[in-house]
This record gives sequence, C-alpha cells and structure tokens, in this order.
Amino acid sequence: MRLRNGHGWASMPVLLGVLVVGAPAWADAPPGAAACTGCHGSAASGSAIPSLEGHAAADIVAQMRAFRGGQRTATVMDRIASGFSEEETRAIAEWLAQPEAVRHAEP
Amino acid sequence: MPNRRVVIGGAAASIATIALAAPHVHARTPPRVVVVGGGFAGASCARALRLIDRDLAVTLIEQNTNYIACPFSNAVLAGLRNIEAQSFGYGGFDGIEIVQGRVAAVDAEQHRVLLDDGSTIDYARLVLAPGIDPRFDALPGYDATAAEIMPHAWKAGPQTLLLRDQLRAMEDGGVVVISAPANPFRCPPGPYERASLIAHYLKTNKPRSKLIILDAKDGFSKQRLFEAAWRELYPGLIEWVPLSSGGRVTEVDPATRTLVTEFDSYRADVANVIPPQHAGRIAKSAGVADQTGWCPVDPVTFESRLRPGIHVIGDAAIGGAMPKSAFSANAQAKACAAALAALLREREPTPPKLINTCYSLVAPGYGISIAGVYQPRDGLLAEIEGAGGTSPLDAAAEVRELEAAYAEDWFRTITSEAFG
Repeated sequence: MRLRNGHGWASMPVLLGVLVVGAPAWADAPPGAAACTGCHGSAASGSAIPSLEGHAAADIVAQMRAFRGGQRTATVMDRIASGFSEEETRAIAEWLAQPEAVRHAEP
Repeated sequence: MPNRRVVIGGAAASIATIALAAPHVHARTPPRVVVVGGGFAGASCARALRLIDRDLAVTLIEQNTNYIACPFSNAVLAGLRNIEAQSFGYGGFDGIEIVQGRVAAVDAEQHRVLLDDGSTIDYARLVLAPGIDPRFDALPGYDATAAEIMPHAWKAGPQTLLLRDQLRAMEDGGVVVISAPANPFRCPPGPYERASLIAHYLKTNKPRSKLIILDAKDGFSKQRLFEAAWRELYPGLIEWVPLSSGGRVTEVDPATRTLVTEFDSYRADVANVIPPQHAGRIAKSAGVADQTGWCPVDPVTFESRLRPGIHVIGDAAIGGAMPKSAFSANAQAKACAAALAALLREREPTPPKLINTCYSLVAPGYGISIAGVYQPRDGLLAEIEGAGGTSPLDAAAEVRELEAAYAEDWFRTITSEAFG
C-alpha cells in the first residue's frame, strides 16, 4: 500500500484526526508491565508459572513486596521484584488487574 | 464509509459523532509499520503493535514459511526433544499482513523496502529484526561450506539436525569439541547449556567420550553454576579451556575437523564451531549496523542512531547490558511497539523498563537462571543495580526441578506471545 507521504497521523486531514479519540489502554502500559507476560501467560495455559490474570492490584503489590523483602520464597521473582520500586510496582499491578480486553486496543 | 468503532471519551464524543455523520469523510490511509524478520523480536513486535493500536497497518516480512526456535534446541541435539516442538508458523497473525519474501534493499529516503521479487512496500516506520548471521570471514577456514561439516547450529533448523546426527553417529570414546566465541554473541549461556546436554547424552549413551570447550573468553554466563553442576553430574567428562589457557580458536580445518588454538591443535570427532557473528544481513545494507557489525539504537524507542525512521530490535541491536536472548527480543519488541504507537501519534514515548530471564537446562529436571532488569541510562540500556542475578549456588534439588519446569512454561508462553 502506498502512503501519500512517510508520516503518521499528524499529516492526515484534521477532520479524520478527530475520529481517533483517547489512547488505547496498552499504549499507556506503565514501564515494565509488558515484560511480565514474557513468563506469566494466560490462565488457560495450565502453566506452573502462575498467571497474573484475575488478581486484585493490591494482591500483586503484596506479593511483589514479599518477594522483594524475602518473605515469600522465590526462584527468580526476588531478583526481578528488586528491580522495581513500590510505586512502579503499584502502577504495573493496577494495569495488570484490568481485564485483558481493557488492556488491549479495541478491535 | 467504513463502519468504524472508536474509543469514545468525554467531550470528544460529540465531535466524533459529527465526524461520523459528515458526508465527505474519505477512506483513511492508516500509517503502516513494516517489520522485517519473523523471529522472536519481529513476530512479537507485529503482534504487540496490533494489540496496542488497531488503527495501525502492520506488515511482517519473513523469508521462511516457519520459524525454528533456538531456545531448547540444545535438547533436540541431546535427543531429549523433537525438532517439531521448535517449529512455529505464521497462521495466527490476524490483522497483520504476512509477506513471505526476502528484503533486497531498504530505501530510507523514500521510506520503502524492496523485495527480491521486485515488489516494494512503503512504510511510515520500519522495524528491522534480522537476528544474527555467522561471520564467515572472521575465523580462517570457517566458511559456509565448513559449516556443513563443523556445524554452528546457532540458527536452529537443518544445522541443529546436522549436529544431532553427527553426535548420534559418533562412536563411544569420541571427542566432541565446542568452540565458543568472544562477546558479544547470541545467547551467552547457550554454548554451556549445549555442553551440559551433550554431556548428558554422552554419559548416557557413549560414556567413554569426552567434551572439550575451547573458549575465546576467560569467563562465561552462570559459570559457577554450570561448573558446580558439571562436577556433580558429569565428572571428568567436560574440559573447559579458557582464553588465558590457549582456548581461543585461531583457525579450523574442516577436512580433518581440526581446531587450532594459540598453544595446541585439537582433532575432533564432532566439532561444533560457534563462530563470531553479527547482525543479520539486511542490517548492513540498510545502513543501521556500525563498524562492530551490530546496530546502535535509542534505548527508549529502539530507533537506529544511524538511520532515522528505522528501528532495530532483538539480537541485531546493541542492547547495552541486555543479553542477546529470546526473552530480551520479546521484551524489546513490546517496548518498541509502544514507542512506535506513541511516535506515530506525535506523543512522547515513555521510557521503558525491561526484563530478561534466561533459563538453562544443565540436565533434565535441573534448571538454572540468570535475570536482569534494565532501563535507559546515558544512552544505553543499563542494568538496575541490586536487581537480577543468578540462581543460588547452593539451591536444593527441588529448586533446580522448579526452574527446569519454569523454563518449559516460559517457552510455551513466549512462543504464544510471539507466534500465537
């Protein structure tokens, strides 16, 4: 498909520009959030690595705090949790706690 | 007028309604992102772009009909896994245009890629994810023909089966030699996982055999963990020759399967040469590779520092402290997709935090890992201090079993993310 020019939305006519209102949820995923799903897959997969779906944000924050502090035994999560501050963890947890359909762009 | 669903929010809703009702709205031409390379990075990026922003057009160009994954391919070599478990197709890429073809050239000025068949595809932004290619000009004696006798098996597929079959054909009491390259290279723990699993195969089937690692380095990823496991599981089977003991291979002779080092010469019954390597072919011709053969990029957007409008992710990119791994490739792909979506809407991309976790299998049921958390600092991806690190040296057998199980789970999850 040929574009008129090489640019993005900005050079489209203004009228069309307003058709797109608000940003899709995942475009605003907090730093680090997208990397979690590299290991933590969907609930349906039957994996030993727990899915992060269906958990309240407060639960995820509590688990990460426990990993960071050594109260929860870990194989790798202690090493990963240490890379995120309490605030960063809360932002990720709140994003992960949303249903997947909300986190991804509308079809 | 296409029936378009929009994300409606607040005051903008009324404007959207007016726009929908207007009679003159013509067909939109959404910005197109073209992704070259359908491996872990490219495939993950194409899918992430669609999840982030359905208003982008995404084209994925890949020359092969299937992707054969490298992680766990060492288990195929050792007879523990079928190569079919490593094969992934491109049937599950709804909403993404898949073009099977080979890119001949990139015209960065015209924002266009040219394929081997003469067709062209225009882009608003280009993502190159060409992985690695072995350097056949870096080790005297080691060229493409030599690789058919002394396989690298560092790109999974026919090379994996070639090396596996050579091991199967070797007699008991034979010598396997692995030549490991200097940094940087794809998958830092890879050669040592390979040594471990080949040792497992030899101990089980050909116990009088030996395995020698000739290393161009004086240290390697997860070294203490590997060496402790080797002492425990494969005593006397594996010999590691570091750089300072003359481990660096300076030339090879495929006719005799001889590997020559500074101090010695080794005649192998099976020789696995993991050669120096560089970013996949298209990187150099597109002008995004520097004199090291790898691609310098902005750590927030992964935009090439040499060619604006072209982004490079995965093994081909200079990832700073991030190792060249499938996990890194997938993480970078998602971060790059988020940045692209922002850039194409003229918004400021958010600096990412990235994670890598590399699992290695020392034996069935015995897994070890190295992890890291990264963020942009001083123009590169830097490791966050106090985070990351390796599995404990003194972990119980149950922990090793858990990590081996997690490794399998990770593979299933990451390949779903990348290939559907």
